[in-house]
Amino acid sequence: MDVEALTAVLTPVLPEGAVITDHQRLRTYECDGLAQYRVVPALVVVPETAEQVAAVVAACAERGIPFVARGSGTGLSGGALPHADGVLIVLSRMRAILEIDRANQRAVVEPGVINLQLSNTTRPDGYYYAPDPSSQQVCSIGGNVAENSGGAHCLKYGFTTGHVTGLELVTPAGELLRIGGKAPDAPGYDLLGAVVGSEGTLGIATSVTVRLTRTPESVETLLAAFPDTDTAGQAVSSIIGAGVIPAAIEMMDALAIEAAEAAVHCGYPAGAGAVLIVELDGAAAEVRHQFDQISEYCTAAGAFEIRIAQDDAERALFWKGRKSAFAAVGRISPDYIVQDGVIPRTALPEALRRITALSVERGVRVANVFHAGDGNLHPLVLFDDAVPGEAERAEEVSGAIIDLCIELGGSITGEHGVGSDKAKYMPRMFTADDLDTMQLVRCAFDPSGIANPGKIFPTPRMCGEVPGRHQGAHPLVEAGLAEQF
Amino acid sequence: MSTPTATDLLPRLSDAAAGAVREGGDGDAVDGMPCRWVVSPADTPGVSAVLRVAHDEGLAVVVRGGGTKLGWGSPPERLDVILDTTRLDGLVDHAAGDLIAVVGAGRRLDDLQADLGAASQWFAVDPARRGTLGGLVATADGGPSRLLYGPVRDLVIGATMVRADGVVAKSGGKVVKNVAGYDLGKLLTGSLGTLGVITEVAVRLHPVAPAHRYVTVPVVSTRHAHALVQGVIHSHLVATACELDQPADGAATLAIRLDGIRPGVEARTAGALELLGAGAEASDDPPAWWGTEPGAPGDVRLKLTHEIASVTALLDIVAEASDRASVPVDVRGSVAVGTVTAALRAAHHQHDRAAVADLVDHLRAACSRSVGASGAGGTGGSVVVRDADPETKARLDVWGPVPALDLMRRVKHQLDPTRVLAPGRFVGGI
Repeated sequence: MDVEALTAVLTPVLPEGAVITDHQRLRTYECDGLAQYRVVPALVVVPETAEQVAAVVAACAERGIPFVARGSGTGLSGGALPHADGVLIVLSRMRAILEIDRANQRAVVEPGVINLQLSNTTRPDGYYYAPDPSSQQVCSIGGNVAENSGGAHCLKYGFTTGHVTGLELVTPAGELLRIGGKAPDAPGYDLLGAVVGSEGTLGIATSVTVRLTRTPESVETLLAAFPDTDTAGQAVSSIIGAGVIPAAIEMMDALAIEAAEAAVHCGYPAGAGAVLIVELDGAAAEVRHQFDQISEYCTAAGAFEIRIAQDDAERALFWKGRKSAFAAVGRISPDYIVQDGVIPRTALPEALRRITALSVERGVRVANVFHAGDGNLHPLVLFDDAVPGEAERAEEVSGAIIDLCIELGGSITGEHGVGSDKAKYMPRMFTADDLDTMQLVRCAFDPSGIANPGKIFPTPRMCGEVPGRHQGAHPLVEAGLAEQF
Repeated sequence: MSTPTATDLLPRLSDAAAGAVREGGDGDAVDGMPCRWVVSPADTPGVSAVLRVAHDEGLAVVVRGGGTKLGWGSPPERLDVILDTTRLDGLVDHAAGDLIAVVGAGRRLDDLQADLGAASQWFAVDPARRGTLGGLVATADGGPSRLLYGPVRDLVIGATMVRADGVVAKSGGKVVKNVAGYDLGKLLTGSLGTLGVITEVAVRLHPVAPAHRYVTVPVVSTRHAHALVQGVIHSHLVATACELDQPADGAATLAIRLDGIRPGVEARTAGALELLGAGAEASDDPPAWWGTEPGAPGDVRLKLTHEIASVTALLDIVAEASDRASVPVDVRGSVAVGTVTAALRAAHHQHDRAAVADLVDHLRAACSRSVGASGAGGTGGSVVVRDADPETKARLDVWGPVPALDLMRRVKHQLDPTRVLAPGRFVGGI
């Protein structure tokens, strides 16, 4: 790509200093939250308006130059990994909360607005933005839209896709469109449903209309300590089996607890082989009754200590250990891989037993932190990169855990996205026809394949041809010896 | 391609559907357009085989489940084959402990709810017209409980579809939390069978609450309606549903449904009686109109969407349009979600389709005014014609203005470039 030519085109349409070409400054954008992948982009732009974003994308489209959008850069799948011959479009200067519309239970925000900042702004009025990824203090709403972010409380409240009712979108062709709005059910296809979670491959959101959720009347949180993950898992099954859907059920195993204690001194019960954090929210009369029920299930399953948060400060302490768990693992291991897989909740005991077996067999330590209510595992695979062979063994164990999730009927990612990291696993979960069909949708949005190329799909599809009448894939394609476009 | 004849095609369709093919009859017409054949494949490969024949021969295919909403959308441009899904009716999997089910698209919703009820679970939709699961997904028509449980698309966690060219594709999966790949289930939801044939759907389930109550209150004015809705949504009542019934020539009523455990529901019922004020009454049973469509068979029905703070504007606009056209209009629906159905009474419009067309135009113009803080502006929503006899539809713009239509056309073109699936049924003639 001709960087100078593109710079000359973009400089006049962008604010002063919004086009970055200096190599040292470009290097600061070389990775997102998954630092093992690093690519220095050819050019970085920092637009301030939707029109500027559209102008940048249009310039890319005209020249067939790839572009990648980036919010806060906290993603854990390399979704915002730059393209060496492309433009990185950084949305961090677009961080205005444009409108809080309490009467409609909506807010309109620019993509760079920080997730928690929105909730902090609306909470005094009795509202918050429900999706709460662990990185919510720093991650952007635009990034959440791209990744369809979840969080601990999505067990009850759902993911980003259920909370976005409208988008202003710059398509990969450079068109500035509005889809959805404050009202539901705009006539036509559910383009919102396609775009949210498409990991920046179908366009760039320049304004996001979100649903605000009423803050619950009552919140109760308990921390229960169990001798092991089996008994904790039994408590989870009893709770769900009784028809209770808590706001969150989180589990940590002994190694994860050890790490959290070392890092943030959360003071979890000593000697626990597993802890559960269970949070209930809703109408006060309901929460009180169900909370008692949940305590009983925990005791019946074998909990040896149950603590109930007496106030918001204690609740925050319970959560501190959990929310800091990924980073805390750094205290007990020089290096680690954060895995993100999903299994059916009822397969939890089997999955944990098999992860333990893998860990023992390969001599690789695995700490487990997960959203137990919805079967979303976050095994942390520990290794020391300084020891030859450890990184490879850790990578193998991590991959074997993903295979296990697929085998048990789950998914290769529950919330971190496919990105650069897991594109290679997609064919294990989907057939070539499944992936081809998804890419047909991509072709409708991005016929030149310039929006975040190389993410999600292991093999790009050329667009524009009429699908043939072929009866299944060519044998060479099946054998992986050729690609058919 | 040469014009195929019945003698050529019948055996091929019959092979594809393992003999389950017959000539179309009067009852198989769609919006007055007769079909040539009705095929009823028994499984996904059968659907694929039928679509390959249709694709090769340029036959137009309309998918039919229970047939309860087949009149929605524009009349098809052409119609050769009705693809009847009712044999795809298996309950493939009900993982009660995981609160999910995998279900054949042709399974009747009532049957599915009966299956799930045995485990004290349900698929949290309660539409007025209950046909098949596939039909529900294709029309995205959920019902009052959408307020709490979300729209149909949020409950669909995986889908198997057959593309127009016969290729079978899955997306999503059997777990609720899953962000691997594009969520094609959402794109299919509400697409009226124009992007692919849904053959199997994985859905998220919810436990059936042990107790419920309804609280109903008379509504004295359009401003009162707005105040009540605002009261409900900003409260801590956690209503499952909040429905308004506004008959053309009678008093309006607002009703909410509360679900939960007995002591919780009782406490919230007391709160609701206080909040809703004069005349509010609690009951175990819903009002007679609850969860049904307004009007009578034969009425022209419209789906109106609105911002939830525009209830006054919505009701005032409907009343004004109704007076202007001298067509009585009944309104009913989920005012705290922002979707209602309006029924234009048949007796008054049979001989005056122009009045109906004029009324729809007027509604669209008024609803699209900018939303005013005073409630005197528009509604921020859309007006879509659902049920109307073919002659009336011919005089109407069924869909009205559609934002991002060009992008939608591109999506259709990629998935069904030769327009095999329900040509002309969807927005912009898609």
